[in-house]
Amino acid sequence: MHDAQAAVEIRGADKTYPNGVRALSPIDLTVREGEIVTLVGPSGCGKSTLLRMVAGLLAPDRGSVRLADAFAGRTAFVFQQPTLMPWARVEANVRLPLELAGERGAGAAEEVAHALELVGLSPFARAWPRELSGGMQMRASIARALVTQPRLLLMDEPFGALDEITRHRLDREISALAAHERLTILFVTHSIYEAAFLSSRAFVMSARPGRLTREVVIDAPHPRGDAFRASPAFTAACAELSQRLAEAAGEPVA
Amino acid sequence: MSAAWLRWIGPVAVGLLFVAGWHAAVTLGEVPHYIVPSPLLVAETLVADWSLLARSLRFTLEVTLLALALSVLLGTLLSFLFVQSRLIEASLFPYAVVLQVTPIVAIAPLIIIWVREPFAALVICATVAAIFPVIANTTLGLRSVDPGLADLFRLYRASRLQTLLRLRLPGAAPYFFAGLRISAALALIGAVVAEFVAGTGGTESGLAYQILMAGLQLNIPRLFAALLLITLAGIALFLGVSLLSWLALRRWHESEVSSPG
Repeated sequence: MHDAQAAVEIRGADKTYPNGVRALSPIDLTVREGEIVTLVGPSGCGKSTLLRMVAGLLAPDRGSVRLADAFAGRTAFVFQQPTLMPWARVEANVRLPLELAGERGAGAAEEVAHALELVGLSPFARAWPRELSGGMQMRASIARALVTQPRLLLMDEPFGALDEITRHRLDREISALAAHERLTILFVTHSIYEAAFLSSRAFVMSARPGRLTREVVIDAPHPRGDAFRASPAFTAACAELSQRLAEAAGEPVA
Repeated sequence: MSAAWLRWIGPVAVGLLFVAGWHAAVTLGEVPHYIVPSPLLVAETLVADWSLLARSLRFTLEVTLLALALSVLLGTLLSFLFVQSRLIEASLFPYAVVLQVTPIVAIAPLIIIWVREPFAALVICATVAAIFPVIANTTLGLRSVDPGLADLFRLYRASRLQTLLRLRLPGAAPYFFAGLRISAALALIGAVVAEFVAGTGGTESGLAYQILMAGLQLNIPRLFAALLLITLAGIALFLGVSLLSWLALRRWHESEVSSPG
């Protein structure tokens, strides 16, 4: 799997905000096609900054963030919050990326229906966002990300606000989606369990300015199910990640 | 009893008690009708003078509704202009405030002198009185975009127009309607005040003119009848705007999801 094509190449990217806060020290990271890479770290360690750079929402001060041609323009972002338009029904929210791209008609309707089916929200297509639970709103948000059939999915602590049971279920679904839709995913989380469950490779990020520590490779095929949570590979990954996290937190925090 | 009933029964009971108390006080105290007429006499006058009063009511309503429509149109366009750049907003907003804090009674005579057409002059006065809440609220609403949704629109390379129509406009709707309620009341006040200032100038005349003339003639029952019509017009206007707001927001916005206001 290590000879796969690079989807994202980050070289020496760093970022200092106008208020003088240094968010990142130079970061080098390569995300290869078809893998799920997670960034784990405490709040304010620059994980989101890095993700926003990959999305093109933020430019690095120095260095470069490059997407392979096959991935450029085929990227979708899932935010910490569901960020749905409260004035639009679920299906209209999911259709938004297509409409902004000028896609309409039967083709678009079909893609919306397919995306809703992927996240199990088909019965709620006509619902209003406020009628859905937090977990279901997040599914709608994921459906919206999937509707353009992206190859790279950027996820910024998408399940951080959900209860543990819902989060586990959605993590399983992400693992299945990655396998079936051949997605490459860069996933930010503050949960080492989520990172251990989802990752092909995981990186712990130290507190501000964020730096990546050595990668933790979790070699198990996707889709992963609940049985994986009881496997030695999962347990070992959790132990290693939590040790790295403790080391990272041992440094002075700004 | 359901909550919906309670919301109606309270105000209606207070209203009936008030009218009954008024009637009792006037009858028992033998107050002359040129000081305070009884509610019954006001009702009789309303019927007797209906053709006169209805024409005036229509005139005042025309001024008010036209001014409200102009406020919405111009106010919304100005808000669009304001959110295009901070410089434009910073340069123009103080003058919108000047317009707002200068009492309409003070400007009305000038407008009436400058604008020869009386109807147009009244509409302008009422518009000046009513436009500020629409500008201020809609500008605030257009600026209060969910930053996450703004990022989403940027990610999908939405054009300025797409962002305005699909994100800023629907997001501003609750703010706009809050402003509209205030503007509706101000448009009526502006229309009435301007008419008072214009006095007997015009050929057609509204409710304020009737009040003015009835006062001069000591026709107090007619004055009360005209006053009642202004109040009813104000209530109808408020309910109408509330209904619009409810229709637009009931599906999704917290302020309107339960029941009509």
